[in-house]
Amino acid sequence: MSRDPLRFEPVPVRLNACAKTFPGGTRALEPIDLEIAGGETVVFLGPSGCGKTTTLRIIAGLEQPDPGGSVFFGSEDVTALPIERRNVGMVFQSYALFPNMDVAQNVGYGLRVRGIDRRRRDARVGEMLAMMQMEALARRRIDQLSGGQRQRVALARALVVRPRILLLDEPLTALDAKLRDGLRLEIDRLLRQLGITAIYVTHDQGEAMALADRIVVMSGGRVVQIGTPRDVYFRPADPFVADFVGTTNRLQAQAADGRLHVLGADVPWAGATGPLAVLVRPEDVRLDAVTGQAEAKVTTAMFLGDRTRLVVETGTGETLSIDAPGRASFAIGDTVRIAIDPDRLLAMPL
Amino acid sequence: MIQSGIGSRVLALALVAPAVAVFGAFFLLPLARLFVVGLSGPEGWRTYAAVLVEPRYLESLVSTMLLAAAVTAVTLAIAGTSGLFLARNRFPGRALLVALLTFPLVFPGVVIGFMVIMLAGRQGLIGTLSEQVAGQRIVFAYSMAGLFLGYVYFSIPRVLLTVMAAAEKLDPQQAEAARALGARPWQVLVHVVLPALKPALLSAGAICFATAMGAFGTAFTLATRIDVLPMVIYTEFTLQANIAMAAALSFVLGIVTWLALSLARSLAGTSVAAAA
Amino acid sequence: MTTVTGARHGVAFWLQLGFTLLVCMLLVAPMLLSLLAGVTENYLVGIESGLTTRWIAEVLRGYSDTILLSLQVALACLAATLVLGVPVAYVLARRGNWLTRLFEELLTMPIAVPGLATALALIITYGGVGEFRRSWLFILVGHVLFTLPFMVRSVLAVMSAVDLRTLEEGAASLGAGFARRFFTIVLPNSLPGILSGSLMVVTLSIGEFNLTWLLHTPLTKTLPVGLADSYASLRIEIGSAYTLIFFVMVIPLLLLLQALARFGQPPR
Ligand SMILES: Nc1ncnc2c1ncn2[C@@H]1O[C@H](COP(=O)(O)OP(=O)(O)O)[C@@H](O)[C@H]1O
Ligand SMILES: [Mg+2]
Repeated sequence: MSRDPLRFEPVPVRLNACAKTFPGGTRALEPIDLEIAGGETVVFLGPSGCGKTTTLRIIAGLEQPDPGGSVFFGSEDVTALPIERRNVGMVFQSYALFPNMDVAQNVGYGLRVRGIDRRRRDARVGEMLAMMQMEALARRRIDQLSGGQRQRVALARALVVRPRILLLDEPLTALDAKLRDGLRLEIDRLLRQLGITAIYVTHDQGEAMALADRIVVMSGGRVVQIGTPRDVYFRPADPFVADFVGTTNRLQAQAADGRLHVLGADVPWAGATGPLAVLVRPEDVRLDAVTGQAEAKVTTAMFLGDRTRLVVETGTGETLSIDAPGRASFAIGDTVRIAIDPDRLLAMPL
Repeated sequence: MIQSGIGSRVLALALVAPAVAVFGAFFLLPLARLFVVGLSGPEGWRTYAAVLVEPRYLESLVSTMLLAAAVTAVTLAIAGTSGLFLARNRFPGRALLVALLTFPLVFPGVVIGFMVIMLAGRQGLIGTLSEQVAGQRIVFAYSMAGLFLGYVYFSIPRVLLTVMAAAEKLDPQQAEAARALGARPWQVLVHVVLPALKPALLSAGAICFATAMGAFGTAFTLATRIDVLPMVIYTEFTLQANIAMAAALSFVLGIVTWLALSLARSLAGTSVAAAA
Repeated sequence: MTTVTGARHGVAFWLQLGFTLLVCMLLVAPMLLSLLAGVTENYLVGIESGLTTRWIAEVLRGYSDTILLSLQVALACLAATLVLGVPVAYVLARRGNWLTRLFEELLTMPIAVPGLATALALIITYGGVGEFRRSWLFILVGHVLFTLPFMVRSVLAVMSAVDLRTLEEGAASLGAGFARRFFTIVLPNSLPGILSGSLMVVTLSIGEFNLTWLLHTPLTKTLPVGLADSYASLRIEIGSAYTLIFFVMVIPLLLLLQALARFGQPPR
């Protein structure tokens, strides 16, 4: 084991054909294969009930995959190991701190069950609390901590035993928005500094984008896309991903002879031909009174500070969300001209 | 204060007045009388002192407390084990098992006594079995051991339900967190689960103790020879017609059981009686 | 807390299951034996002596008055605890100050104080009022004292859980006065608690012995008092048949109570 408290061994993780059927027949997870590189931060993203937690618990050893599935840490097959022998760090949404122990005792618990003597334990707990800037809280009871402090204690407790991988299940969901942003930055910094392999579950696309090296987008027990945050945002694999990660408009279009007919106008087009659905993000729709291809009527204008989110109806009867600058002001019923650059359009098979 | 739903204090008073009147007239006043009657014997206040000084009463008080403590310890161990098991596992037939285990909850002491006779009496199950196996009829219903069995029998359902309710409220992620940190099942139990169950165990234990101190029906059914405090009180009152002594003993008994419950409540920090 | 269901159960599981089954047998065996004895011609000889309903008939003939009185007391006790207890629970739910907390504390004392002591106190205080002492109302008073805290607590638990204040403020904002709010908002929303409290009160009253033994007179014997009589003086078959009747009266109530508790729980 490395003696540098700030660097971890980067342990790769592999899932082979891991599926999960719960007693009673709920198929929570279709067979999935997944490779996670050592030191990588992977975020499982998807709506509630899509199987993120189940996948995480299979990796942790809290659930067994259906027969035929296997889990590898590096070259070691850990499928048959119970969680207490896998040496993983785990952080829960509810913190799961032990209320009968103070902060230092919580953080030191993993060392205590490993039989590490008092003195070395205290030293490592102190080191850990110092790294998390929580020395002052060492003797506090759990119910004397704020939500953010609790989650930092939970992180420290998971890390102090130098786990092979770190698993986090919606660690920020229970916190209010301000705290969430602060702690998200802190977790991001920590994960990069430590170089530990981390798997992070969330239903919040903002969190996923901010933290992930790669995002695994899940839906209905399946993996629908794996890619970097930019991949997932700019090249979503299907309309579900496009809609779940950010907001999109879905438009009917017809492509032929190097032109795409959309919103009642033609634009140059090099992609697929035939009837298509095209996706475009609100921030990629421009308002341009001069060159705009189509005319539309404002039906809703919502001022959001940094921008104004417009909902407009086009002459072809389609509804679009558009982001306009915050300083521009609109009234319902205004007519606007909108323009879309063809390279911002994403074609989907119908 | 914000306008509350009950417009006035008067209305609140009117709503509780009947209960206060009944409770005052038929509980508080009689209890005060009981205390006074305890003082009114020829011995005066020494009647109370006799509880602690006269060997006959002191022995009875001590043996009743020992019995109650033993019942509490054994019941907590038995019902704690089974309750935790039933709360943590789901298997076919579990609901039936829980239902069967909670039947004695509402049996009166006399019926419990009869159950003990059925188990350990002259024609009881244990006697019949032991005669067949060892050639000797084991009969212990009509003694302290029979009373012990009866109180454990009676207390198991209540402790079981309390432990199950508390165990089902535990955050399962705490145990999972402990396991993730490398704790073995027994370490999870000792370091995480039992501390979290402490309030429930304390309150269930206190109720168990108080019940075993004050119960009368079981002892009455099994034999008048068992010198637990309630039996002594009954004898003083009916046979000796020593009303002052019976009153003093009753008052002391009430104080002991009430203290046990209050102590457990302050230790557990929750409403102990709420588990009754 | 639920162990990974569907996984193979370990040794610990089977050991604990075995232990729990053993405990269950200890509890159920004497009940079954007494049921059996109640319908056996001669318990000493055993079941070979034949099955009979004559012991049950004999109990019904000799002791039906105790059964009826127990039902009468239980129903009267239910009525009294409803009338006294529900308003108290309401006030406790809505007004938490030191006075109401003290009263709540006092109210639970009859559970803590042994029934024998309470009964003795009642006799010392009211034993001289001959009419009252000899009537079944004397027993009723004891039962009300003992069961009232159960009713109050059961109703209070539900009232605290449903956030009465908000509901009532909503109703008040729509113009409902106190009486209307109490009967159309408070009571309906507390119904689960009232129901389980009622079952508890009836069950406890039917089984009450500690108080009743001292409070009863030869003309006011309840079922448990009759049971004690029969255990002491009659043959085991009659005691068993009597117990059987008691089980038949109480166990359905208990099952109903458990079903209600399960029904009232949020799905896990
Ligand atoms: N212990 C369980 N028993 C039965 N079904 C479960 C269990 N745990 C999860 N599920 C089901 O599996 C599906 C996936 O759940 P989960 O992995 O928790 O989703 P997520 O974490 O993405 O919200 C859901 O439909 C859920 O109801
Ligand atoms: Mg989840």
